[in-house]
Amino acid sequence: MIPAAFEYARASSVEEAAKLLNKYGEDAKVLAGGHSLIPLMRLRLAQPKALVDINGIKGLDHIKAEGSKLHIGALTRHVTIQNSAVVKDKLPILAEVAGEIGDNQVRNMGTIGGVVAHADAAGDYPTIALMLDADIVTNQRTIAAKDFFKDLFTTPLAADEIVIEVVFPVANGPHKYIKFRRRLFDWAIVGAAAQKMNGGWRIGLTNVGPTPVRATAVEEALHKGAKPEEAAQHASDGLNPSGDLRASPEYKKHLARVLTKRAIEQAK
Amino acid sequence: MKHKVATTVNGHKHEHEVEPRLLLVHYLRDVVGLTGTHIGCDTSQCGSCTILVDGKAVKSCTMFAVQAEGRQLTTIEGMAKDGELHPLQQAFWDEHGLQCGYCTPGFIMAAAYLLDQNPNPTEDEIRKGLEGNLCRCTGYVNIVKSVQSAAKAMDGAKAKTSERSAAVGRS
Amino acid sequence: MAVTTMVGAKIHRREDPKLITGHGSYVDDMQLIGMVHMAVVRSAQAHAKIVSVDLTAASKAPGVVAVYTARDFKKVISGGLPVTESLIADKKQTPNQFPIAESEAVYFGEPIAVVLAESRYQAADCAELVQVEYESLPVLVDFEKALEKGSPTAHTGAPDNVAWDVNFNGGDLEAAFKESEVTVKERIIQQRVFPISMEPRAVLANYVPFGNQLTVWTSSQVPHFIRLFLCIGLGMPESQIRVVAPDVGGGFGSKLRPYPEEYLAAAASKLSGRPVKWIEGRTENLQATSHGRGHIFDIEVGAKRDGTLLALKITMLSDLGAYIGVFGALQSSLAMLLSPGCYKWKAVHGRAIGVLTNKMSTDPYRGAGRPEAAHLVERAVDLVAQELKLDPADVRAKNFAEDFPFTSILGMVYDSGEYQKSLDKAKEIVGYKALRQKQADLRKQGKYLGIGLSTYVEICGVGPSAATAHVSGSLALVESSVVRVHPTGSVTVAVGTHSHGQGHATTFAQIAADALGLPYANIEIREGDTGDTPFGYGSYGSRSLPVGGVSINRSCQKVVDKAKKIAAHMLEAADEDVVFDQGQFYVKGSPDKRKAMGEVAFAAYGPGLPEGMEQGLEAVTYFDPPNFTWPFGAHICVVEVDPETGEVDIQKYVAVDDCGNIINPMIVDGQIHGGVAQGIGQALFEEAVHDPETGALRTGTLLDYSIPGIGEIPNLQLDRTITPSPTNELGVKGVGEAGTIAASAAVINAIVDALSPFGIKHVDMPASPDRLWKQIKQAREHSNGGKEARK
Repeated sequence: MIPAAFEYARASSVEEAAKLLNKYGEDAKVLAGGHSLIPLMRLRLAQPKALVDINGIKGLDHIKAEGSKLHIGALTRHVTIQNSAVVKDKLPILAEVAGEIGDNQVRNMGTIGGVVAHADAAGDYPTIALMLDADIVTNQRTIAAKDFFKDLFTTPLAADEIVIEVVFPVANGPHKYIKFRRRLFDWAIVGAAAQKMNGGWRIGLTNVGPTPVRATAVEEALHKGAKPEEAAQHASDGLNPSGDLRASPEYKKHLARVLTKRAIEQAK
Repeated sequence: MKHKVATTVNGHKHEHEVEPRLLLVHYLRDVVGLTGTHIGCDTSQCGSCTILVDGKAVKSCTMFAVQAEGRQLTTIEGMAKDGELHPLQQAFWDEHGLQCGYCTPGFIMAAAYLLDQNPNPTEDEIRKGLEGNLCRCTGYVNIVKSVQSAAKAMDGAKAKTSERSAAVGRS
Repeated sequence: MAVTTMVGAKIHRREDPKLITGHGSYVDDMQLIGMVHMAVVRSAQAHAKIVSVDLTAASKAPGVVAVYTARDFKKVISGGLPVTESLIADKKQTPNQFPIAESEAVYFGEPIAVVLAESRYQAADCAELVQVEYESLPVLVDFEKALEKGSPTAHTGAPDNVAWDVNFNGGDLEAAFKESEVTVKERIIQQRVFPISMEPRAVLANYVPFGNQLTVWTSSQVPHFIRLFLCIGLGMPESQIRVVAPDVGGGFGSKLRPYPEEYLAAAASKLSGRPVKWIEGRTENLQATSHGRGHIFDIEVGAKRDGTLLALKITMLSDLGAYIGVFGALQSSLAMLLSPGCYKWKAVHGRAIGVLTNKMSTDPYRGAGRPEAAHLVERAVDLVAQELKLDPADVRAKNFAEDFPFTSILGMVYDSGEYQKSLDKAKEIVGYKALRQKQADLRKQGKYLGIGLSTYVEICGVGPSAATAHVSGSLALVESSVVRVHPTGSVTVAVGTHSHGQGHATTFAQIAADALGLPYANIEIREGDTGDTPFGYGSYGSRSLPVGGVSINRSCQKVVDKAKKIAAHMLEAADEDVVFDQGQFYVKGSPDKRKAMGEVAFAAYGPGLPEGMEQGLEAVTYFDPPNFTWPFGAHICVVEVDPETGEVDIQKYVAVDDCGNIINPMIVDGQIHGGVAQGIGQALFEEAVHDPETGALRTGTLLDYSIPGIGEIPNLQLDRTITPSPTNELGVKGVGEAGTIAASAAVINAIVDALSPFGIKHVDMPASPDRLWKQIKQAREHSNGGKEARK
């Protein structure tokens, strides 16, 4: 209900942010949209000693298409991605995904950098990033998505490392993201993404494990000419999802298959 | 250590020294003295705390007051102008869009933002636009009617909420 | 002369302007100078010995004012929370709940210590510093297992976990089953749910040091009861206590009883000499505010092949929590008493067992036993229909009670009803015949449409003093009102109910305006403050209108009677020659000789009144209704179930309700909308889940506990029939709970109907996609004959 006390500093540049994070050490957290962090702090499940507010840093909210790449600044809010003409043109699945996150109020504050850095298994962007081989660019290096989502809430980010931008490939072929949830504003129980690109398919799954999953077995089956229903049977290959209040492991595996089939069939 | 926060709320300037952890909703209620914005949950689900920050709907329980530095805030108290109800307020009244009234300020602010972005929403768009607000009394049926009624009343008026918040004079 | 009435008018509410502009006064909107904030330290275990409570660190916290435990409170509070008999006088055990635990904690969230600090934030920090040492004790979560011989007990030293074991029997069950040609059995789960009013609870208590005066503002449905119980608990006369329920952000039954925190805040104010404010957080609310429902029903139904219902046997286990709720037995009793539903039975026998567990108490939640009863009997009828391959509408038609007043097999006297008429209307609106055809067509395409009926009768307007003495610890649940006409003709009406969203300020003024013939705008309704209302009985059980509204009408009648005498005197006519019509008194046959009520009002305070008559124009009434009232109706829900995912899509929902005469149709519709939404919530989304080992709440926040949002409740089509209640002169019945009573059965019946091609006969609540998918899968695997699939 009431967060524990913390020290607070605003950074006006990435360098300053890194310096502040260094100063406060492991017990500091970055404050961007705050919509993953602040709820945890209100329940005192997170009690950082310091927050470094990066919302004032200029130049981190760009959406730029450069050749075959789409660069999205880490501080870009979901609502901006949802409504961006550039994103709708170059990578429409991302705009679709952004529009499915939370509700209007959440979308006005939440950022892509925040969602990616938080690495919640139920996060939607990480699925797309992994599926499309995106790059996560930080103030120190560039990390491929497949090396970024290590475990639930676990990334290779160092204590003073900040996500600067996420770089996606351009892909505006048939696509569909199906986010299965009970209520419109809920997290995904299971999500399935399908993107046709470069003559083949990319298939990604949300919340079927501690990290996002790229369903390569499905992709291969499709490549070999299997029909969507047949190929989608492979969506649960190797999956070992945990059960929770919303869904049992078997149901999640079943949904992975069903939603993958539907995503492929409905992609346009 | 306290931080200075300077904001404009419903057109009035405020400056206070606050703890960084002070939630924006508590700042508005306990420090500025505007109790129309309510708290209904701990986990950012219910939307009773919705206000406008620079014209954008935000859950004020999921923001610290210090983050509002330099911003224009609009709360429910800032919607009526010179004693005249905003069309959304009138619509909620006409259509019985409230019963206990606790969630209502949040709904009105969220609806104001929705209509600002989409002046003629379909029923589906209204529902999707207000998914961040929970009500336990009305079953939502009349809330949808209220927003439809307000949209009609505001049709063509193009009164953008961000302009309103600057012009409104109540604090 | 054109007749205009306020009663029946769809006028918008006068409560709204301040609420829609952010100027409501809920408890947390109030501040008192010198106020401190209270935080409650709660048990982190569901059942444990409290070995020690270390306050050392907390006592030194920044801003701390005081830290209290049971030892401190025992200086100021005596006894425990009240528990009414509630129609089950034969209680085997009623554990006493002192407002704060001392040596043993028996539910997750039970108060253990209280801290007071200068600010809200400091109080939260201070509470975190209190160290509690526990010694775990066996935790009872499964209330069936709690009945097994040798089971550990929810309270140490208790003989067992049975709070009551009583029978409700009507008719010869053995003979009725003998006569039956088919029998069906089923287990029906009524899961525990949370009421979730949008405003959690809140208390602001101010004990004036050395003044022996206590004022308590509390978000409550029953301010006078709170005063009464604080009087008993604190040993202060009622005359020294004022309780005010200001604007209350919803209740649904969760605020109709006194709570530990009301005692604790008042006592803390006395101990500290400061006003004390306690605001419940939502997480706390899920732990510490009463829970709803929580039963297991095992039923057996006997019928003839032609669909005639004969026998109903019910065994009901109720999960009470560690402490029986203040009204705790009420929902169990009502569930039994209303289980015959709208139907004629040869016999209904029910056994109700109340079980103690290590959980928060259950208490009335919107419907309080009647949703359980309606759900049970409406499922029973559908089970019979499915077994006999008959249309469920036809089985209902065959068995509806028709002659009123109707005495049910369990002895309840239903005042009036036209059940077939409601059902026919609902069927017409929904297009029943065409839907059945559509259903058949869609099945051929592998799509599963379901049509669910719920024809209900319910009992409300609580209640006649003779019947309700048991419910209320010997308080008669009548309703008080004072109507006072001021010299210049405006009116103050004080009534003992308390609105928490139902619009009394508007509807009661509509009644008074018509009764007095005075302008609606000049009539003020006062509720919620024990300082300026007579002893009131609060708002719950859909009673405010049929008991409170009628009380107001009678007080108005008394006022009119006196005014008539004054008018006659002013008109120099005999009392019997004066007529009162639409606010005017005039001599029969001479309509030009008239006096308006307003003129009479002024005269009432002047000299020259009839011989022996005192000044003033006011009246008080305590209305004791001669009977409960019996709203009824028919709901029809149409769903499509996706067998691949188990998702349920509500395509249509029709509600035809009869709540007698209508004061304000807009408000009536609003009550039904909200009630249906809560029924849908229970049917599809909500469940309070406790960890089976530790008893901790797993659904601890609104993230995990899914009340439906605006995307989940479809448009509801409402219509009505009007069968005036013969119980009162306004002909009104009450409607606050009817929507919830009907809805869950309509939804579940629809889902079972949709899935019957798979051989599925029953679905439990919440019918989540995971659960339905599993049932469908199992049913498909047992595809020969459709073996019953359970979760």
